[in-house]
Amino acid sequence: MTIQPGQVGGAPAATATPVQATAVKATPREDRGVGGPIQRALYLLLLLGATFLFIFPFVWLVSASLKDRATVYNNEFFPAPLRFENYLTVFEIAPVANWFVNSVLVGVLAASAVTLSSALVAFGFAYFRFPYRNAVFGLVLATMMLPGAVTLIPTFLIWNALGQVNSPYFTPLWAGNLFASAFYIFLLRQFFLGLPRELFEAARVDGANPLRMWWSVALPLTRAALIVVFIFELKASWTELMKPLIFIRDIALFTLPRGLQSLVARFNPQTGGEGEFQFVMAASVIITVPMVIVFFLAQRYFVEGIATTGSKG
Amino acid sequence: MTAANASASRRGRSRISHDTKWGFIFLLPWIFGFLVFTAGPMLASLFFSFTEYNGIQPPEFVGLDNYQALTTDRRIPLALTNTAIYAVLHVPLTMALALGLAMMLLRVGRASGLFRTIFYLPTITPTVAVGTLFLLMLSGNGIINQALGVFGINGPNWLTDATWVKPGIVIMSLWSLGSTVVIYFAALRNVPLELYEAARIDGANVWQQFRNITVPFISGALFFTLIVNTIASLQIFTEVFTMFFGAARSGPAQTSALFYVIYLFQQAFTDLDFGYASAMAWLLFAIILVITIIQLRLSRRFVYYEGDSG
Repeated sequence: MTIQPGQVGGAPAATATPVQATAVKATPREDRGVGGPIQRALYLLLLLGATFLFIFPFVWLVSASLKDRATVYNNEFFPAPLRFENYLTVFEIAPVANWFVNSVLVGVLAASAVTLSSALVAFGFAYFRFPYRNAVFGLVLATMMLPGAVTLIPTFLIWNALGQVNSPYFTPLWAGNLFASAFYIFLLRQFFLGLPRELFEAARVDGANPLRMWWSVALPLTRAALIVVFIFELKASWTELMKPLIFIRDIALFTLPRGLQSLVARFNPQTGGEGEFQFVMAASVIITVPMVIVFFLAQRYFVEGIATTGSKG
Repeated sequence: MTAANASASRRGRSRISHDTKWGFIFLLPWIFGFLVFTAGPMLASLFFSFTEYNGIQPPEFVGLDNYQALTTDRRIPLALTNTAIYAVLHVPLTMALALGLAMMLLRVGRASGLFRTIFYLPTITPTVAVGTLFLLMLSGNGIINQALGVFGINGPNWLTDATWVKPGIVIMSLWSLGSTVVIYFAALRNVPLELYEAARIDGANVWQQFRNITVPFISGALFFTLIVNTIASLQIFTEVFTMFFGAARSGPAQTSALFYVIYLFQQAFTDLDFGYASAMAWLLFAIILVITIIQLRLSRRFVYYEGDSG
């Protein structure tokens, strides 16, 4: 049986069925030639120019990471001796390996926690009919407008009171995700709304527990949307700086962003550092590469996920 | 009430209570999180904003002193102005350039997929790494100024010259406009081609087609990105903190690169002035609320929704 979720509430089916969506991309619908081949060539040329601007910083990053102290600030494209040893040195001068492991751990915990909890809450909003449902959902959406700064200090005090500041389990960096997140609730609710109710009625008549329905009927059918949420949060966690700044004290417990920030403080001459900026660049490559790999593995989910978010605005 | 009716309504009631019970169970994580990590902290933060509090001694009630101090602290208008300048440059530039790129993508057929991937790539780069990278590229003798030199432009020092620090940060922010491109591209693909054909037959020129067909049809996406990008830009922190707030804060840290959330962060976690930082947070919330409400009002007037859904 083919199910086409996501058609309810103006949500396009794209994210729910990315395989089909990718196939659709090649249809002539995309081919909106306004004007002749000359115009199209002009557009291609402009886009290639933009491509250069978007790609160049990556190339520059890698190039700078292979320079030495004396040349890191020059504008030579190819460093004369390629100093690959920078990548080894950076692991010696700072606990980068620890940071990497910590980041992976925090990222996986944060993404798993938010995906499961948000899916649970989203299904609650999508499937059950209860009083004040829309009002409560409105409240969920309203919390998205709240700047993090408002809850920052009390949240710090809570984790501090629980003795979790500088915890080796990184609790303050991910445990808040156990309680779902407004944006993901919103996103996943759209997909659950797209599932035909009859699917659940059958299970219900058979006396299935609603939690079972959620786990074995709803979740498998929205797998693509769950992956979108997971990788969005993985990325968010991988790039988060403020939380580790507040909650982590030991250098060995830093995550990669916090660690990289500490390297900038140490090696950026402008802020009183030692001026070995090539190590900062090498660490920047180390923090970036995993995200690039995740992106290429999950590209269709990333792009379709973003596109879906916008069309629901 | 007839027996049948009564039994129906009893069934109805039990159905409702079954749904209510399970709805509540499914919502529990959010309810708990909302009470403990949103509503509770909001109340606490509001309370702290009327106190002198450093997290160690118990908070001491000082009335409106913190809010009073907001009006006399010269760094507040400075940080607000810096943040506003950044937002006013960043948001429209991001939207305009992203729309331009998305419209070009629409006209190059299958190649659009590859370009879209390339434009999106910078947005997945960790923000701290974006900061370090542009710290290098924006430096006085850096590659950006060398590129400008090719065109005979003598580039400023983007990292120390107070006039050019924010434009430099805006340039950095534009590298990450890929997600806005993806959103616009998806919206543009939903504009019915027939409308353009009809318009051409009626003699509408390219600008008229853009103004009267394209813009109304993607107005939902335009307002979504306007609101989201504005809220985000008013809270810019990570990249600027990375670039200018190291061991010793660099020159612009206390002047042209002092953004609102960074100043708030310093007040809270460097100076341990929780009361003042809380008052700052509520001021930021009020500003974001007002701007968002204005934008939502505008969107109600201008956004065209296909059909009545939306």
